[in-house]
This record gives sequence, structure tokens and C-alpha cells, in this order.
Amino acid sequence: MEKVLMKGNEAIAEAAIRAGCRHYFGYPITPQTEIAAYMSKRMPKIGGTFLQAESEISAINMVYGVASAGLRAMTSSSSPGVSLKQEGISYLAGCDLPALIVNVQRGGPGLGGIQPSQSDYFQATKGGGHGDYHLIVLAPASVQEMADLTVKAFDLADKYRMPAMLLADGTMGQMMEPVELPEAVEYKPEKPWAVTGTENKREHNIVNSLYLVPEQLEQKNIERYEKYRTVAENEAMCEEYMTEDADVCVVAFGIAARVSKNAITEARKQGIKAGLIRPITLWPFPKEAIRKAADKVKGFVSVELSMGQMIEDIRLAEDCKKPVSLCCRVGGMIPSPEEVLKAIKDMEGGKI
Amino acid sequence: MIEIEFRRTTLFAGHYGSGKTNLAVNYALKLRESFESVVIADLDIVNPYFRTKDSEELLRSRGIEIISSEYANSNVDFPALPSEMYGVVQNRSRHAVLDIGGDDRGAYALGRFAPYIIEENDYDMLFVANFCRPLTLTPEDALEVMREIESAGGIKFNGIVNNTNLAALTTPKTVYDGQEKSLKLSKMSGLPLKFTAVERELSKAVKLNNVFELDVQKRYYDLY
Repeated sequence: MEKVLMKGNEAIAEAAIRAGCRHYFGYPITPQTEIAAYMSKRMPKIGGTFLQAESEISAINMVYGVASAGLRAMTSSSSPGVSLKQEGISYLAGCDLPALIVNVQRGGPGLGGIQPSQSDYFQATKGGGHGDYHLIVLAPASVQEMADLTVKAFDLADKYRMPAMLLADGTMGQMMEPVELPEAVEYKPEKPWAVTGTENKREHNIVNSLYLVPEQLEQKNIERYEKYRTVAENEAMCEEYMTEDADVCVVAFGIAARVSKNAITEARKQGIKAGLIRPITLWPFPKEAIRKAADKVKGFVSVELSMGQMIEDIRLAEDCKKPVSLCCRVGGMIPSPEEVLKAIKDMEGGKI
Repeated sequence: MIEIEFRRTTLFAGHYGSGKTNLAVNYALKLRESFESVVIADLDIVNPYFRTKDSEELLRSRGIEIISSEYANSNVDFPALPSEMYGVVQNRSRHAVLDIGGDDRGAYALGRFAPYIIEENDYDMLFVANFCRPLTLTPEDALEVMREIESAGGIKFNGIVNNTNLAALTTPKTVYDGQEKSLKLSKMSGLPLKFTAVERELSKAVKLNNVFELDVQKRYYDLY
């Protein structure tokens, strides 16, 4: 497959189509509108459905419908729009439905702004909707990963029958890079639970999150958490960069990880042993890699486009063995490599 | 480097993400080498990030006037153009470069200025083509986009610019393949291929006689 030049948002859309998604429902919001725009151009040409819903809430419930029928469906939005979808996301989780939700984050809270942010970390990883549930959360750090992790998200969602979220940010959505698109697959769902019509040959399948008997609802929650444990054991992913001999370990995902890599290159030039753990899955969080690093490093620097939402996951993973400092910019601002370098130096010199 | 016969007004339009803004900035800088008074106007009402305004400091330092939405690069996504924009087409004492937003949706903003440009009749309306973009991989795709833009913008193209690139992975072969497709597009549309834009370092290795050398802005997310 030859490489093409794509925006991150377009790469998500094309990769979803190639993964067999034929149902996209959305509502425009900057900085993710290119996903919808791309889908509106491509879906009619391949017999798929592009639908601009009347609201984000309608869009997520349309996803619920298609997912119930066993097909690959997705919606995308940016932070305020994803807040609106939370009820529907909780229902997807409560019905054990696989689906993809894309959040190309912008500054918040409230209407915030259109510039990049990572401040929906809590919402994505701790469950923004109600009830005991998790999403599989993937965090791409290149246009290539925007494509690859879209496919991965659909696969994991199907494998574990749970919704997955691609958590990107405005820069990842808008930036252009060469990308090798994944091979197109003809999607053949194997979902005996799906609502596809009985043809009078089998019992009805029912997709529902309402349980009238509390014992049954309790049991359902317990079973779901057993599943989550399996996901946590098997699916945590991260990239380690120069961590073997690192004294200071930066932890960063998405756009923050790219800036951090540049800071680490500079730190190494100056003789400071810095490394990076880049979570690729934010839930499950790559605890094991952090725990192992804690035995070797002086401390961690969490680089984020939020007010330190990831820090508590780092601390939990390393049992508070080593200090964790925060280097962050918010509101649409991005930490510079110089700011990250200073945070690395402060941690290295014990000035935290 | 190709010798360009400059018009009073040069418009860059094309498919979303084909490299119009970068071309417009480089073209304005080139114009400034020959003319005292140059203005660059950002008519992009589509793209929220990565605007002409990113090069504001450079442009101003070379004495180039920049007209852009006062909301560009702000936290507001407000597709409005400043009133100074009329001056770009009405005040004929300056050389002007117009950076049009992507696709037909971007070109709608051009509609109200097009009559002035057509009436003056001293312009290049250039179609920027990057054949590495997935929705314009072929001359046929590009021609479709070209027609959509003309109909939305109310003005016809009169030239093509080959800006085929794969960002940092561009090779001479990428450029040659783009040139070939551009020539095909030229044949299909009846419009001349004005030049081929190539990043300055790479252009040393490109054996073509119609190269326009480009400087590409470094972004904060580029890996060192």
C-alpha cells in the first residue's frame, strides 16, 4: 500500500471505513469536523450511511441502534459534544455493545475553545457517564496511529463487547502526515447476540440495560468487572523510549508525547538520562511499565494538556514509590520542549 | 527556479490540505522581491488551525501586509472575513496573494470578491494539486474538485500548480509522479501547468525546469 498525505481526522474516517464501518453518525464541532466531512463524501459512494444527526445525543443513540444489530458503527465529536453523548455511552456499556466513539479534544470546561487539549482524560478513563463501567481508551500520537488505532479500537470493542474510545486532541486531528492506510476488510460480524431478526427460527435477542431484579443487575455488574479485569491484564499498551538507563521518566500521551520526545532528545544531548513511557491505552493504563520503571528512576514527570489528570494513575501504578511532578499547559496551549526539559532537569536535580 | 510572470492578483485554491497556505506565503515572499507593495489575504473560512497568520511575523518583517480574520488562531471558530478584504481587490496599487479555503466549501467565501477580480482581469487563479491526498489521487478526482470550486467561487481557474508531496517523506519520484498527473490534468482541463512547487532542500535533487522552491514552516509537533 502506498503512503498518502492525510489529516489525522481524515485518517480516522478512512481507517474506519476500511475496518468495515458503514454507519457514521455525527454532529459538527471543531476541531473534528473533517471526520464528518470525509464520511459525507465517502459513505454514499460505498453504500454506507453518513448521517448528520440533529444533535450529539441523537448521534450516539443511532450508534446504539446499529451496534445492536451487530454492525460496526461510530460517532465522533469534540469535548463539549462528547459530554452530551455520555448518557448514550453509558447505555452502550450497560448493553455490552461494541462501538467506536472518537473524541478530538479541545479546551474546556464548558464551551472552552477550539484549540487542542487533553483535559477529558478523567471523562474518558473513569467513565463520564453513570454506572460501573469502563471504555477501552486508545490515545494516538501520529496520523499513522490515528488510522491504526481506529482499526484496533473496532477489533477490541468486538472482542470484548464493549464500547471503545479514540482519545485524540485538536492537533492530532488537524496535523498532516504521510500514512499507510490499513487494508480494507469485508466485515462479517459474528455476533449471535445481535438483533437481526429471528426468521421465526430462534428466540428473540434482546439488547437492553434495564434490569427489574436487583440481584440480576448486581450479577451483570460483577460479570462485567471480570471482563474488565481480563482486558486490563491483556490489552494495556505503551511505547517505551530510552527508558533502559533513564534517571527521569516522562509519562505523556498523544501530542504531549511528541513534544516530550523532542525534550528528551535535547536532555540526552546535555547528558541527562531521560526516557519516556507513552501510554497507548489510557484504559487500561500501562501500570506494569510504570511500576517497573519506578524501581530504577529518580522520579516521573507527567506532561499533559490538562491540570494533572493523569498524575493519579501514575502514582497508583508506582505505589507512590517515587515523586511525580507535573508539566502542563491548558486552555489550548501546548507545553514547549523547553518547558518539558526544565521539568526533567528539576526532577533530575531533586528540585521538585 | 522558474521565472514567473506575475499578475496583480494571484489566487491559490484547491482541495482541502493541498498546501495552499504554505504556497501562498512563499509566493508572497517571492513577489516582494520584485514589488514594493505586497499584500497576502487569508480567505480561509474552513480550516481552524494552521493559518497564514502562523507566518505573520515573517511576512511583516519582510514588509508584506497580512489581512486575516481577527479570529484566526484564536479560541473562536468564527467564519467571518474582515472588511479590509475588499481593499485587496479594489485597491489595485498593490500586488495581492489570496489564500482560499479548501474545496468548494472554502471557495464560497470568494464569491463576493470574484466580480472585482474578473473585471480587473489581471489575475492568476491557480489550482493547487497534491496527488498524494487520498481524495485526489487521480487527475479525474482533481478535475471534479476543480469544477466544484469554480462553481462555488464564481471564477474559473487559469492555471495549475503541482504541489504533490508526502511531507517529510517526499522524494524526487513523488514530485515526478505528481508532475505527470498534473500534465494529464492540464490536458483534460486545457489549463497550463504553471509550476511545480518543491521544498528547497529537496529541489536540488529534482530535475525539472519548472520548479518553484518552497520553504516549509517547522511545526511544534514535528519530531527533531
